[in-house]
Amino acid sequence: MHDMLFIDLSRLQFAFTAFFHFIFVPLTLGLSFLLVIMETVYVITKKEIYKQMTQFWGKLFGINFAMGVATGLTMEFQFGTNWAYYSHYVGDIFGVPLAIEGLMAFFLESTFVGLFFVGWKRLTKYQHLLVTFLVALGSNLSALWILIANGWMQHPVGSAFNPETMRMELTSFSALLFNPVAQSKFVHTVSAGYVTGSVFVLAISAWYLLRDRHVEFAKRSFAVAAGFGLAAILSTIVLGDESGYTVGDVQKAKLAAIEAEWETQTPPAAFTLFGLPDQKKMETKAEIKVPYVLGIIATRSLDEPVIGLKEIIAKNEQRIKNGIPALEALQKIKTGDNSPALMQQLKAHEKDMGYAMLLLRYTKDVGQATPEQIHKAALGSVPGVAPMFFTFRLMVLSGFLLLLLFAAAAYNVWRERIGQNRWLLRAALFALPLPWIAADLGWFVAEYGRQPWTISGVLPTFLSASTLNTDSVAASLTGFIVFYVALTAAEMYLMVRFARKGPDLY
Amino acid sequence: MFDYETLKVIWWLLIGILLIGFALTGGFDLGVGTLLRLVARTDDERRVVVNSVAPTWDGNQVWLILGAGAVFAAFPMVYAGSFSVLYPAMIAVLFSLFFRPVGFEYRSKIGDPRWRGFWDWGLTVGGVLPAVVFGVAFGLMLTGIPYHFDSDLRIVMDGNILDTISAFSVLAGLVSLAMLMMHGAAFLNCKIDDPILRERIRKSQRLAALATIILFVGAGAWIALGVQGMQVADIGNVNGALNPIHKHVTVAGGNWLHNYQTYPLMWIAPLVGIVGAAGAIMLTAMPVTALISSGLSLVGIILTAGFALFPFLLPSSSVPAHSLTIWDGSSSEHTLALMLGAAAIFVPIILVYTTWVYRVLRGPVRIEDIRDEYGSY
Repeated sequence: MHDMLFIDLSRLQFAFTAFFHFIFVPLTLGLSFLLVIMETVYVITKKEIYKQMTQFWGKLFGINFAMGVATGLTMEFQFGTNWAYYSHYVGDIFGVPLAIEGLMAFFLESTFVGLFFVGWKRLTKYQHLLVTFLVALGSNLSALWILIANGWMQHPVGSAFNPETMRMELTSFSALLFNPVAQSKFVHTVSAGYVTGSVFVLAISAWYLLRDRHVEFAKRSFAVAAGFGLAAILSTIVLGDESGYTVGDVQKAKLAAIEAEWETQTPPAAFTLFGLPDQKKMETKAEIKVPYVLGIIATRSLDEPVIGLKEIIAKNEQRIKNGIPALEALQKIKTGDNSPALMQQLKAHEKDMGYAMLLLRYTKDVGQATPEQIHKAALGSVPGVAPMFFTFRLMVLSGFLLLLLFAAAAYNVWRERIGQNRWLLRAALFALPLPWIAADLGWFVAEYGRQPWTISGVLPTFLSASTLNTDSVAASLTGFIVFYVALTAAEMYLMVRFARKGPDLY
Repeated sequence: MFDYETLKVIWWLLIGILLIGFALTGGFDLGVGTLLRLVARTDDERRVVVNSVAPTWDGNQVWLILGAGAVFAAFPMVYAGSFSVLYPAMIAVLFSLFFRPVGFEYRSKIGDPRWRGFWDWGLTVGGVLPAVVFGVAFGLMLTGIPYHFDSDLRIVMDGNILDTISAFSVLAGLVSLAMLMMHGAAFLNCKIDDPILRERIRKSQRLAALATIILFVGAGAWIALGVQGMQVADIGNVNGALNPIHKHVTVAGGNWLHNYQTYPLMWIAPLVGIVGAAGAIMLTAMPVTALISSGLSLVGIILTAGFALFPFLLPSSSVPAHSLTIWDGSSSEHTLALMLGAAAIFVPIILVYTTWVYRVLRGPVRIEDIRDEYGSY
């Protein structure tokens, strides 16, 4: 009925390309603002070394930026190529932030990025600083609109189904814009980007200091990165994405899966530090629990419960049953019967229609669905617990290690002892992969945690794909792997080469 | 402010403007890619050519990205339909476009001739392939693509897209290639004053412009005589929300000329397409005038196809009644109005700062200015 292989390959392709894109994006977000800081210091103090810093880190920024542009294009294409039904079903809403992203943000950063490189002699200092700032502003605004789009997938507000056009349509732009999930995602994601940029500068500067090269240059870069990085990691952790996980049923399921919380506990719930979740038996073995912590982190309160997965699944089973009349009404409306009774039936059950769609995976005729099928669909209405549980913990662990690093680095700067503690320099160097690990795991938690939906509670993933043959997506996936690995290898090669070469002076 | 029907027409125009914006700016970047290995032989020459577009190509490509984003927001079914039914073509364009950001940025970072030679080929493919495929896509729109909708409005392919590539769509691809080569040469002619290089550029410009005229006239004659066109017979209230499977469409040879018969003023578009290209042949000694002339030719050629198709956006050859038009393929009235507001605010701002960037970078590109300069490509 539905070509599951095509859907799985399309998912794999989307995951693969998004994963690669998200290697380059966080560095662009963070490094662009670090360039603004360095150049601002240059413009104010007129010290040449800060111009050198802006230019050197700018060169590495450029090597990374090119890959961000190349891999970003894929993301825009893929909604249409592989997820055509998704694009039709929610394009009226989802297309809006994407198009505004182009208008407001991507144009800005792309138009000015070239001038950052070739404009040094043609512009005054102030004009050039403005150019650098506009590049940083553009890339961060770009993140804002993309996360507004993504936030809507997680928590679809401001929209309604239109039976005439058979799709979801926008009812409130301000709801879309001020979606609480989008807001917390934006802050968390750009902060993580600033952390990435800071670790990048800190690690390479530490490497110079370890080798006693470009010492003056490296010390100043180290100081800028340590200060910016400490602020950024605090913001990333304190304003964690979790604050957005208490609104909407699918977000709640994501939170419960992260915590392997099968039963609803009396608040404030205990936090499972470690355990081995078993989805079939719905229990977690070998648990180590810390009392009260989860409830406080997740709900920011002492008396609000964190809903457990068993309760969520039971509720979803009810929602599936309640959505069936809506799908039945729609079947008749499709054949041209527009009687008010049918419209009323659709309206009355519309909010659960997406849940009933989950049944389409097991039966064509949802009206005849058996209790077993409904139960199966309900069990499939939450994400896999073990992958969520472990990736989330690894991400948090990376985050806390980075907090320790930046705290130590900032203290080191404050005591004016940069470069004197070799262990710190080594730690900074070895921490280089951590922000990328954390960022890509965070992306996984957010997006895998949304399963089985593309649009939470509205459109299941298996209904979202295009109707194409499997060969085409197998071929394109192979192509993406070959291209991305080869291009990333070229990028890494240049990055290492230019980092090794170091700034020309100092 | 505007009714739904008017909004649909405005968005047809806006998408046209974005596509034309891409052809005018990103178009010369693609053209420069196609010409890189033809006109520039030594590494110094190639660096001059690359540096004439590398600082601005990225901004120019956003016209394309924004165009696609605007189709997503304003005509979601057309976005879904065109990208999925043209899957192999879209993936091929995407892969070839990868070479551009990376090629421009990485090419001159290492001196090894093999490294540079590789990226030169990459930039060539990244110019030729998109130029041809965009043209083929226009050709396929005119001859129709085999697809229909099921009752859920899910797009279903009727056959293999590669089998539907006809001689006509290949011809359309060549029109696109020739016109973008002409435009790329016209731009290089403005940016490069090295006498030897410029002679080669001007020669390519004249040849490409001549090819544009011949191929474009040929494609036009083919449309008039051979291609089956479509006309909407009955669609319902175009001022309301419409479902694309509930309309009637007639198919007949010469139908794509129907709009030209109704509004004879539209003949200006193909005329400008030809006269502009002729200008690009004759005015090579006046580079800026020739660039404007070549730009006008592009506008004329794209509008010629757009006028012929109106109101169709994605004609279906297997079930013509399911063809997407601006009337039944658009977003809701609310979204169209909202996006019109966003475009009205931001497009003028974009034009202002883009113009400023080009002003800052005006003047010829010379090898002595880029050889050891920070930030040159």
